[in-house]
Amino acid sequence: MSSADASAGVLWVGVTFYAVFGGADFGGGFWALVAGGGEAGRRPRDLIDAAIGTVWEANHVWLIFVLVVLWTAFPTAFGSIFSTLFIPLSLAALGIVLRGSGFAFHATARRLAGRQLAQRLFGVSSLLTPFFMGTVVGAVASGRVPVGNAKGDPVSSWLNPVSLLVGALFVATCAYLAAVFLVSEARRAGAADLERYFTVRALGAAVVAGVVGVAGIVVLHSDARYLYDRLTHEGLPLVIISVLCGAGVLVALRRRATRGVRPLAVGAVVAVLWGWGVAQYPYLLPEKLKIADGAAPSATLTALLIVFGVAVVLVLPSIALLFTLGQRSLIEETKRPKPTQ
Amino acid sequence: MAFTLGFHIVLASLGVAFPAMMLIANYRGLRRADPDALLLAQRWSKVAAVTFAVGAVTGTVLSFEFGLLWPAFTSRFGDVFGVLFAIEGIFFFLEAIFFAIYIYGWKRLSPWAHFWTGVPIAVTGLGGAFSVVAVNSWMNQPQGFTPSSGDVTKVEPLKVIFNRAVPYEVPHMILAAYLVTGFLIASVYAVGMLRGRRDRYHRLGLLIPLTVAAIVTPIQFAVGDTAARSIADDQPVKFAAMECVQKTATHVTEYLGGRCTSSGVKGGIGIPGFDSFLVGWSTDTQVTGLDSVAPDDRPPANTMLHLSFDAMVGICTALIGLGLWLGIAWWRKRDIPQTKWFLRATAVSGVAAVVALECGWIVTEVGRQPWIVYEFMRTEDAVTQASGVWVTFSVVMALYTVLGAALVVTLRVMARRWREVEVEEDDVPYGPRPGGSPTVVSGAQ
Repeated sequence: MSSADASAGVLWVGVTFYAVFGGADFGGGFWALVAGGGEAGRRPRDLIDAAIGTVWEANHVWLIFVLVVLWTAFPTAFGSIFSTLFIPLSLAALGIVLRGSGFAFHATARRLAGRQLAQRLFGVSSLLTPFFMGTVVGAVASGRVPVGNAKGDPVSSWLNPVSLLVGALFVATCAYLAAVFLVSEARRAGAADLERYFTVRALGAAVVAGVVGVAGIVVLHSDARYLYDRLTHEGLPLVIISVLCGAGVLVALRRRATRGVRPLAVGAVVAVLWGWGVAQYPYLLPEKLKIADGAAPSATLTALLIVFGVAVVLVLPSIALLFTLGQRSLIEETKRPKPTQ
Repeated sequence: MAFTLGFHIVLASLGVAFPAMMLIANYRGLRRADPDALLLAQRWSKVAAVTFAVGAVTGTVLSFEFGLLWPAFTSRFGDVFGVLFAIEGIFFFLEAIFFAIYIYGWKRLSPWAHFWTGVPIAVTGLGGAFSVVAVNSWMNQPQGFTPSSGDVTKVEPLKVIFNRAVPYEVPHMILAAYLVTGFLIASVYAVGMLRGRRDRYHRLGLLIPLTVAAIVTPIQFAVGDTAARSIADDQPVKFAAMECVQKTATHVTEYLGGRCTSSGVKGGIGIPGFDSFLVGWSTDTQVTGLDSVAPDDRPPANTMLHLSFDAMVGICTALIGLGLWLGIAWWRKRDIPQTKWFLRATAVSGVAAVVALECGWIVTEVGRQPWIVYEFMRTEDAVTQASGVWVTFSVVMALYTVLGAALVVTLRVMARRWREVEVEEDDVPYGPRPGGSPTVVSGAQ
């Protein structure tokens, strides 16, 4: 494997972590929005706040990781994507600002009006940010980003069936992941009502994500033939794994299984992501720019891989520590919903 | 991007230095069983959490802007400077993780274990500052890549990381972070004391950060002086613009203030020969003037550059005076100066330090123009070709204004709430520990 391929692998590892952790985080915001601002939605919102509070910043550092690896290892692709797709990317960045500040401020805002505004900002931007990111992914995957400084169409590159569908798929997937995680959180907090609440929503989101996924394959067939062909050949095993995992989650949720739901749900998402990666290989920008042609000089790639190695040694144990402390309730938000009697 | 960076630089400074202040208070609280210090540490950790969160957001937006605004710059040089951001990514990641553990660990972790989870925050803050500022140093003193035009085909990462400007630019910025944070926190408590809240809690809240700042400021002055002299060598045109030197000459006059015109400085205070002396310790030293390069290659807004530089140096000098005042009073009476004028000066010092920070940033960035990568790439060639960037830009401006206002309002609300409820349950940092049991839930006082 060349160092360019290895760097692409590193990029994909970052994308995977962001999709799972960041995705669940966005999904949490989505469910907070759906729960509404009133008293009825209070318990689910508190559970979501408690689940996200300790980890949300760490979750979103993955995005910075992905961007930095992309511009370091594949600067041409980075410049081309960002200059052509500046509209959805600006909107995604806007969402990130609103979301982050909404979250930072809502815990401290004392007056109800201020808190509700912050919460609503947090919820709406949790919905829009993954959607616009999805349109960007759809644009790249369907080969609508040419090489160069703003060489692609600024509008039709991301306002097209594939992009819109991938955007919807992103939102559904985030909601699905979050709901599955929140079922476990509710169980840990001893809140049986919330466990039921999020089980129903996890099932719903799983079905929606599945339907959008199938629709996506149909659209790919007509609109992004290259990706469709590769996805149904080289990527097929991963697609099948994803479907099996997704089906497993449905069964496990129905049976109220306590274990295995989260790994299966994560597996379904990761398999699709790597399916996409395999389908796109060896292109960074399908049929326009290959990994080998778009890669940085070898010394840069080597340095990047070394940095990644150090990150694995330093960052992963720290993340494990953070999540372990969180799961053992050694670190916690002050207001978690009380257990049901 | 200039605007967002100018905003981010303040938050980033707080992110670098605030944890250190918080840990000093925490250490003192634990060592001397000082409840006031512990309360300060805990409240500071909450404030730092909010500013860090907003800083993380503005930092993310900056990484978007590398593509949204400067795709040509990043396309061509991303593979050169990118590794530094990858390193910074590690530091930032660790900082975010330990910040979360520290902030949410007050109640349940044992006091010393909790303290040690805070130490990595301060260390990673330094590492992060190094990596990011090293990128800026590289833009000032680019090296470690070939060829000099067109696509980069060969990179020497170590030469990029340890470029010529790193030895002076990085320490200058890290010290600036401590300086700004120290005066900023101290000024908050000075205002509180001026309004009559002269309890021990407020005095300690003023003393800890102000002591740190008072120690850092003279060092900063010396480092800054070295930096200016290095710039006279490394980027003579930037230096000429800072000092309004039109023609290359010896015995150059140093001007304080004034307007820069093509026929010399108007309205400033001139000290004959002093500029030459500062550059090379002798009035015979030749100082390169703006006439050494074509008009196209000279920085714009000369007067602003010159005044920014003077303001930065002037504020730093005044802050050294404030530090000395504190030092002398402490030496003689073991107390902070009792006069209201000291509190007033401290109250102003926070804003003054931020102004100095922004001025320094203007000097290094505007002074490098018209280049984005000094003598290799012009800013106009780096910018995106996409139309409608002005829309993005205006939205960002509006958004950041709201963000800044919301941040200030939030911090004020937090402060007011703390004042209203003297000791609420939440604010007892560590609970009583009967029998030395390490993890007892607090709130029994």
